[in-house]
Amino acid sequence: MAEIQIKNVAKTFGTYQALHDINLTIADQEFMVLLGASGCGKTTLLRIVAGLETATTGEIWIGGRRVDHLAPKDRGIAMVFQNYAVFPHMTVFENIGFGLRMQKLANDEVKRRVERTATLMHIEQLLNRYSGELSGGQRQRVAVARALAMEPDVILMDEPLSNLDALLRMEMRAELKGVLAESKTTAIYVTHDQVEAMSMADRISVMHQGKIVQAASPIEVYRNPAAEFVAGFIGNPPMNFLSATPAGNGKWTVAGETLDGPNATAPLQFAIRPEDMQLADTGLKATAKVVEPLGAHLLVTCDVNGTMIRAILDSDHKVKPGDVLTLAPQPDRVRWFDPQTTLAVA
Amino acid sequence: MNARILPYVLILPVTLFLCLFFLYPFILVAQQAFSTGSGFTLDNFRDVTSHWKFPISMKNTLLLAAAVVPIQLALALLMATMVSRMEKGRDLVLYIWTIPLGISDLAAGLIWLAIFEQSGFLNTMMSGLGVVDKPVNLLSYQHPGIVFLAIALAEIWRATAIMLVILVAGIGLIPKEYYEAAEVFGASPWKRFLRITLPMLRPSLQTALVLRVILAFEIFAVVAALGGTLFPVLMGETYAYQFDLLNGGAAAAIALIILAISIGFTLLILRLLRVPKGASI
Ligand SMILES: Nc1ncnc2c1ncn2[C@@H]1O[C@H](COP(=O)(O)OP(=O)(O)OP(=O)(O)O)[C@@H](O)[C@H]1O
Ligand SMILES: [Mg+2]
Repeated sequence: MAEIQIKNVAKTFGTYQALHDINLTIADQEFMVLLGASGCGKTTLLRIVAGLETATTGEIWIGGRRVDHLAPKDRGIAMVFQNYAVFPHMTVFENIGFGLRMQKLANDEVKRRVERTATLMHIEQLLNRYSGELSGGQRQRVAVARALAMEPDVILMDEPLSNLDALLRMEMRAELKGVLAESKTTAIYVTHDQVEAMSMADRISVMHQGKIVQAASPIEVYRNPAAEFVAGFIGNPPMNFLSATPAGNGKWTVAGETLDGPNATAPLQFAIRPEDMQLADTGLKATAKVVEPLGAHLLVTCDVNGTMIRAILDSDHKVKPGDVLTLAPQPDRVRWFDPQTTLAVA
Repeated sequence: MNARILPYVLILPVTLFLCLFFLYPFILVAQQAFSTGSGFTLDNFRDVTSHWKFPISMKNTLLLAAAVVPIQLALALLMATMVSRMEKGRDLVLYIWTIPLGISDLAAGLIWLAIFEQSGFLNTMMSGLGVVDKPVNLLSYQHPGIVFLAIALAEIWRATAIMLVILVAGIGLIPKEYYEAAEVFGASPWKRFLRITLPMLRPSLQTALVLRVILAFEIFAVVAALGGTLFPVLMGETYAYQFDLLNGGAAAAIALIILAISIGFTLLILRLLRVPKGASI
């Protein structure tokens, strides 16, 4: 059992507040992804859980035990560092076996585990090399193998696949997910690649400027973003926003069109995903500006009343720049955000 | 200018300087060592090595190096680790610890002479405390152990700092992330020192040891101040041949023997502490 609880954790570096009051519970065996833009505090949070950094305030609990005062090695964790930290003076074998040697495991057990994890990471032919003779991606896989070999209760991974080519990354993702599920490991996985987050996570925590904006299942984060930031960060291309003014009785005026919406009296932001709009007879009037064919779809960037939005249309449609399109938003996919709080409005 | 020859042009002045003021005199010394006035001969080497004082001075020099260098290495490592861990006042401590570096070896010898001689601090203190009833001459032929100890102490006091600064610089080059990784994977502070600091410090250890060992074979002024003729060393013999016995050929021969020993140890250290290909930071 290794549930992780992060309670009211805040962190300041000098005068800079890197983390604000983080509260997060990661269930036993859950695969939690921390997703956020560069500099939002993902690594800092991970290092606090690992014990390499002390939180300014707050508590960390792992498996029902408060661990803030414990050294990293006593927390039952293994970690993949963002900059790998693969020891240059040891061979790949010694690197992967480092933690096992520290636990004084028998030689044949070390050998067995090193070879197994190396095979898993496709680096079994590199075991006798020094890290100076490895590529960045190979070094990264050594770092992952070193953590996996520990068979820890909790594994913390800081962008562990960032340096691999697309094909290998896809393969590694699946393998990593499989291995961790099989070994019943609780995982915190940092990435800023949303495809990776979507495909691997049980839950995604979206971070923004040192805060967790939303922690929910991938589909929930995608369909029901809790805040404008999440809506604008997740999805490629992200959600479209248009300002809406209330027309009374749950009616809203969006770019001259009247649409159904929540009961509110102050202006809101209307939001819709690019793929949730279809060409129709009534809807938003949009002038196509850029048309990008993507094979199955067309990505059309268009001007609605002076605001740029994007729509993903079937590539059967013949659209060229300058065309005026009528885009009908799918009603159950429309979301509303309060521009004051930036939070979602039901 | 052609990029291929530019580097050679740039090192030309210093090469010329070294040839003129180092290589040329060196050749002269070598010539002197291998001749007695009439062609090539090994007579000088035969003379100096068959002299009764040669084995003693050789033994003393090696013994002193063997006693002093390991202690200095251990001390320098300890001090360097301590300094590197300091958050505040690190520069101040480093300045204080490196003060002996600014003192010439003769002055250092004299400072320790002031401690050990018959009217020195140590005697004053011991008779003050009643350990001895009257001051004794500690640095006499009756106490060869104390003479050795005094010389070793003076050397350790004087020349540990040179290793210290090299090691502090070397430790500073080791990225923090390796310690963090080792810590996460269960290495205790002692294990981190053994498995991370020491192996990653090999290039600095090489430099520090080579420098220190060479200087240890050249020890002269400290011994002259504290031991005088009681404790003959190779460099002292060189001096004696050159200036007391006015035998330049013999002096040159001993100088070459010291050089040979230094080169031998340098190669040994470089070999023992070499970093495998692909394993550098
Ligand atoms: N030791 C430190 N001292 C001062 N500021 C720091 C320190 N470590 C991190 N920060 C700051 O804290 C913020 C969060 O850093 P962090 O490394 O956690 O970002 P990140 O989300 O991991 O970014 P990336 O995706 O680029 O790795 C950044 O603004 C960074 O400048
Ligand atoms: Mg980071």
